[in-house]
Amino acid sequence: MVDIKDLEKAAREGKLDRREFIKRAGALGLAAPFATTLLTQAVQAATPKKGGYYKLGYGHGSTTDSLDPSTHENGFMTATVYSYANHLFEVENTGKLVPELAESFEASKDATTWVIKLRKGVEFHNGKSFGADDVIAAINHHRGEDSKSAVKSLLDPVVEMKKTGSHEVTFTLASGNADFPYILSDYHLPILPEKDGRIDWQAGVGTGGYMVEKFDPGVSLKLKRNPNYWKAGRAHFDEAELISLIDVTARQNAVMNEEVHAIDRCDPKTVHLLGRNPKIRILESTGTLHYTMPMRVSQAPFDDYDVRMALKLAVDREQLVKKILLGHGAIGNDHPISTANPYHNGEMPQRAYDPDKARFHIKKAGMENQQIDLSTSDAAFSGAVDAALLVKDSAAKAGININVIREPKDGYWSNVWNKKGWCTCYWGGRPTEDWMFTAAYVAESKWNDTDWRTGPAADRFNELVVAARSELDTAKRREMYHECQQLVNDDGGALVPMFANFIQAINKQVVHADQVAANWDMDGHKSIERWWFA
Amino acid sequence: MHPVVRTVLQRLGLGLVTLFVVSLILFSSIEFLPGDFGEAVLGQAALPETVAAFRKELGLDLPMHERYWQWLKGMLTGDMGNSFSGRGASGQDRSRPVVELLGPRLANTLFLAAMAAVISVPLALFLGITAALYRNSIYDRTVNALTLTTISFPEFFVAYCLILILSSFTKIFPSLANVGPETEFWERVYLTALPALTLTLVIVAHMMRMTRAAIINLMASPYIEMAELKGTPKAEIILRHALPNAWAPIVTVIAFNLAYLVVGVVVVEVVFVYPGVGQLMVDAVTTRDVPVVQGCAMVFAATYILLNLFADIISIITNPRLLHPR
Repeated sequence: MVDIKDLEKAAREGKLDRREFIKRAGALGLAAPFATTLLTQAVQAATPKKGGYYKLGYGHGSTTDSLDPSTHENGFMTATVYSYANHLFEVENTGKLVPELAESFEASKDATTWVIKLRKGVEFHNGKSFGADDVIAAINHHRGEDSKSAVKSLLDPVVEMKKTGSHEVTFTLASGNADFPYILSDYHLPILPEKDGRIDWQAGVGTGGYMVEKFDPGVSLKLKRNPNYWKAGRAHFDEAELISLIDVTARQNAVMNEEVHAIDRCDPKTVHLLGRNPKIRILESTGTLHYTMPMRVSQAPFDDYDVRMALKLAVDREQLVKKILLGHGAIGNDHPISTANPYHNGEMPQRAYDPDKARFHIKKAGMENQQIDLSTSDAAFSGAVDAALLVKDSAAKAGININVIREPKDGYWSNVWNKKGWCTCYWGGRPTEDWMFTAAYVAESKWNDTDWRTGPAADRFNELVVAARSELDTAKRREMYHECQQLVNDDGGALVPMFANFIQAINKQVVHADQVAANWDMDGHKSIERWWFA
Repeated sequence: MHPVVRTVLQRLGLGLVTLFVVSLILFSSIEFLPGDFGEAVLGQAALPETVAAFRKELGLDLPMHERYWQWLKGMLTGDMGNSFSGRGASGQDRSRPVVELLGPRLANTLFLAAMAAVISVPLALFLGITAALYRNSIYDRTVNALTLTTISFPEFFVAYCLILILSSFTKIFPSLANVGPETEFWERVYLTALPALTLTLVIVAHMMRMTRAAIINLMASPYIEMAELKGTPKAEIILRHALPNAWAPIVTVIAFNLAYLVVGVVVVEVVFVYPGVGQLMVDAVTTRDVPVVQGCAMVFAATYILLNLFADIISIITNPRLLHPR
């Protein structure tokens, strides 16, 4: 169905003239004067305006935050680094990966050698010009024996890094990885000015659209526009401030009282009330965060394919999204790949609640009305205990007897998760398929919480993950990842009923493109660089 | 030695003993808490070996008495140790000395407490005295009803009402009190207006009622009757004859409320995002950052002891019978 949003978009792109716009808007039941206003707004919004002091409230931030990129671990620092520095690659608002400080790149056929050409004529805030040495220092900051960086293991496959020109760096990897540019877009890897072979992070100087004016860990960050910014059509605000507002009520009050222009992580319970405020717009995007109920396939009764299938069919996903996420999410299809990932398999049929089929499978396994334990705690995610009880109820209709065990919050991750046969869990999600599968699904991962390591399907899956990693042909790669998702969905032990939404509240004065990035909240934590005032 | 000086020294000594006992109770009760910092901070990544390495790094594998002794030694030299947090999942040591974490926040808390005290104490005394003066009049009843109403509501309710009226509807004061180290004085006063007002509304009733009751109680004594008989005006009777004798109970209640302003304003801090000690302590408890919890608790205990000492001294000074004992 066409709605007014589509019309606005078409008008902005010049596909509709004024007369046509008003005619079609009229067909949607809008009066002409109102439609004219809408049209003006829609077209105005298309051309970003410069200026303004943008204030942003974040539900993150800690007194222990530091500008050292190897220590970044929360959204506050991610947003910080994405506004004052640039990376070699960036995930665009459309979700596409594009070169940022890199200009172009070339990979060898096996995806082990990557020659990255760098952008010329870019300057750091302190006037130093950007070149290959900065890149090498920035990456080396996380490598080496004594490195305690969070991304050390991600960079382990890099065996050699060579400056092959003033603006060219060649990476050699131990084994092929077609996702290497994705890794280089990680928020831990900003390119900062090199000094004596190391990066000089203390100064808070980068190549980004904003310069750090004042950084107060756990409290706020003040930014000023970089007049010299190289990227066209970005960094529209004159000044920006990022404020740490951990308490959700305080955050929502701040945006309602117009003390900040946008906040992340709204409370799903009250967001419909917040949306009634005439000054505020609610922005939701489905990210990679998902809630799971891993079954360990090495333990009885989950070693039986039919038991797993019965349980997967006995979950009412729609109901879980409605009651646990209060509608702010999307249903999952028993694999960890989100629509925000590049190779999400949308063609696979969505598994639905089917008590009859579930009964068939549980009978076949000979487990009808026998007790199956499900361990849970709200440590897994907020509402996990209720989710388990909902599963118990929907499964009871299929003749499956689930015994919900409420585990203590303390030590949940060390005593229950990855140990008990079936429990509740969450995964923050990863930007690429390879990253996600390697973290939690391949045989050698310590965090393989379904213990799905052997058997024909698992073997095939492990082979495919390795093969897809070095496959540069996108079409082939897509096929491989689609099959991986199929395998996890069918044979794997993961029950993935839902993906949670990022819920943000934004003052209506603030404008952004129609599509916002879903790799993180707040347009991939880049709202300061991408958004503008109407 | 002057008896007042002697009493002060005596009380200070007793205060130190109390602090020591508090430290013992604190340390052992934290010991009985379930859970462990390693598991809390490592979360999903808490494998048995990483937790063990973590405990060793923090010295949590030592027996309890050794750890207590270490901590006590540090406290005596003004070193409260390093926070546990900041050694988070990234594995890097960004932990900060507890003193450094606590210092600026304590300053903020004291500032807010002072703001609230400057408004509420004179207000409570004035209302209390005038209520006693016009006892059982409409004025007395109104003041009583109003203050009792504000004290009866939970703090967060009062705070949200004030935000709604003074910040959402009229935009007089900001709802965020996010002060920083270099916020200027008047700016700071402006930002902390709503939290201070909330606290004022919450504590004024207690002090006002006590002032009123203490004075009314004295009004029945023979010497007041004498003053009345010789024709002294009512205001003078209260201010010159009744009030000096009423100071002891009033000051005790004021000290109690000031202590509350320092140690009990967590809810108000959270609502207004005010970077004070209360929020720090709550965060520390949820992450099981034991050194910070202990540091905060000791500061709170010391505040209570000092303010009570202060109240005692005031009552001694204002009471000639205690000042010149026979």
